Amino acid sequence: MASDKKTLFQKIWDAHVVTSIEDGPDVLYIDRHLIHEVTSPQAFAGLEKRGIGVFRPQNVLATADHNVPTKDQHLPIAEPLSRFQVDKLTENCAKFGIELYGLGHPFQGIVHVIGPELGVTLPGMTIVCGDSHTSTHGAFGTIAFGIGTSEVEQVMATQCLMQSKPKTMRINIEGELANGVLSKDIILYIISKLTMGGATGYFVEYAGSAIRSLSMEARMTICNMSIEMGARGGLIAPDDITYEYIKGRDFAPKGDKFEEAVAYWRTLFTDEGATFDVELTYDAADITPMITYGTNPGMGIKITENIPTVADLKEESGKASFEKSLAYMGFNAGDTLIDKPINYVFIGSCTNSRIEDLRLVADFVKGKRKAPNVNAMIVPGSKQVEKQAIAEGLDVILKEAGFELREPGCSACLGMNEDKVPKGEYCISTSNRNFEGRQGPGARTLLASPLTAAATAISGRITDVRELLNA
Amino acid sequence: MEKFVKITSTAVPLPIEDIDTDQIIPARFLKATTRDGFGDNLFRDWRYDNQNSPKADFVLNNPNYSGQILVAGKNFGCGSSREHAAWAIADYGFKVVISSFFADIFKGNALNNGLLPVQVSDAFLAVVLEHIFADRNTQLEVDLETQTVTIAGTAISEKFEINQYKKTCLINGYDDIDYLLALRDKIEAYEKTSKYLSLVGLNQEQEIEA
Ligand code: SF4
Repeated sequence: MASDKKTLFQKIWDAHVVTSIEDGPDVLYIDRHLIHEVTSPQAFAGLEKRGIGVFRPQNVLATADHNVPTKDQHLPIAEPLSRFQVDKLTENCAKFGIELYGLGHPFQGIVHVIGPELGVTLPGMTIVCGDSHTSTHGAFGTIAFGIGTSEVEQVMATQCLMQSKPKTMRINIEGELANGVLSKDIILYIISKLTMGGATGYFVEYAGSAIRSLSMEARMTICNMSIEMGARGGLIAPDDITYEYIKGRDFAPKGDKFEEAVAYWRTLFTDEGATFDVELTYDAADITPMITYGTNPGMGIKITENIPTVADLKEESGKASFEKSLAYMGFNAGDTLIDKPINYVFIGSCTNSRIEDLRLVADFVKGKRKAPNVNAMIVPGSKQVEKQAIAEGLDVILKEAGFELREPGCSACLGMNEDKVPKGEYCISTSNRNFEGRQGPGARTLLASPLTAAATAISGRITDVRELLNA
Repeated sequence: MEKFVKITSTAVPLPIEDIDTDQIIPARFLKATTRDGFGDNLFRDWRYDNQNSPKADFVLNNPNYSGQILVAGKNFGCGSSREHAAWAIADYGFKVVISSFFADIFKGNALNNGLLPVQVSDAFLAVVLEHIFADRNTQLEVDLETQTVTIAGTAISEKFEINQYKKTCLINGYDDIDYLLALRDKIEAYEKTSKYLSLVGLNQEQEIEA
């Protein structure tokens, strides 16, 4: 019988079930709860209304990221509503005894960037946050997923969450990636195959030799976008690369505790013979630099491919949405995107704003200069990333190439602060969503890897980075 | 939470697929710190132009269609986890969303706010939309008790699935927190056995000893 064989996901899930409700969800214990200014105020208000406090404030960690300006962070926030929301977070954290890494704190940054870099995110945990890209933390072999504000309140009140067990899917990427192809391309490729809702109801494990060869930061980029195909989350089995990354970080176990932890983490893998509801395998050699042409992340193509036509659609019912999407983007079915002029480039967001991303971009643009038509913004994911970039002199290289290096935050990923793309303009973005208006009303977003974004910034036109790398 | 039993109403058709929560409520309207008033900005950029004038071609601005039921295309509510999307829909006055597929987080958020997501087959969705377009006064009956949705005055009906625990919560107007708060002993007992909590020193027992 295969029943005693467990997947990685099952092992972690089972270790967190406090109790199960008959005909209902499991009560799942949440090890870490991350919060930010946008999805927490109504939850705190809910606790106050019930007359209760935060059950385990020491398991909660807060930062301000979505709403914050990325310029002059030492000054009070100019926009009154944003300031009010950030102040509210400060007030709530003080009142309920929660650690806050707010503006000005050396640990401040995008919630999904700071968790891993501080060693808060560890294998085998459960992590939730009122933000769908919580799946990022899955790169450590962690069950991590986004929740709504009512659930934020639930976790604050009880450190538990009612959850029905999702189905499981394993996606294997086997083989070696070609030069110029990044983990962002892997995930855009996967989402283009599965479509935007293709993994809804599933928790995905990414596996295979191509995944195992990736750095932790590259793995985070993949897990980050799991939600863009509807998955509840995505995770990758921890290995020596994971332990090496964690060792010595601020919140990570130290000394004997670290050794004890590693011994435990080594048990976290999918048993041979364990079954998944769905299993898919792709060949790494088939993955090239990817780009999206439409208004959801599933509308991706290889950068050298043409935009599909209605005839290529799998389902007739998708026709109206497809046409609406192309009309919004101002593209024609069947066209190529190569050489299309681009005026905005955004490198940042919890998908691609870590130090490796900045290094990669700096290395590529070194000695080059952005095209005069391009407005290129690069926003580090955290204060620590920013500090490291400056220590390595990346800021100088980026400035010389004409890129504007901002202060940490979500920035133009979701257009909640003043970093927006103007109406009708195209933006190559390393973020995770190309929805209508995501980067500002009327803005047209094309998702791509940091290398594709950098190459496009240099040429001012959509560029296949491989041509510049191999030239 | 308000109790949900049965609703009979006309419906608003929005047959677009993959409607994401950024369309339902754009991020720039997420700065409020209360749950109220989001309905004003429901589908903001589809509903109003840059001058804030209503766009005549959007269904919420079409006086022919109104009601407590929104009928939308497949994969409704994908994208951002913002519960503000469910608040906006409920605040606008909808009690039910019918679609042939819902994104997970949206579904949970809706249920936590007494907004019922009713998932039907593609074929049934098409028939419902056909009826609404043929006659805007078409009434739909959504019965949570029997888990059915019916086109009123016809025999056209379909059963829908819902988690039994959630169903009980909706019918009685309970929420999850009430339930979980009663489990405190079990939660504390769990904490004493947690591998993770002991590894990072957040174990409650240790703290008490220290
Ligand atoms: S960077 Fe974008 S996707 Fe990531 S947490 Fe911020 S808003 Fe969400």
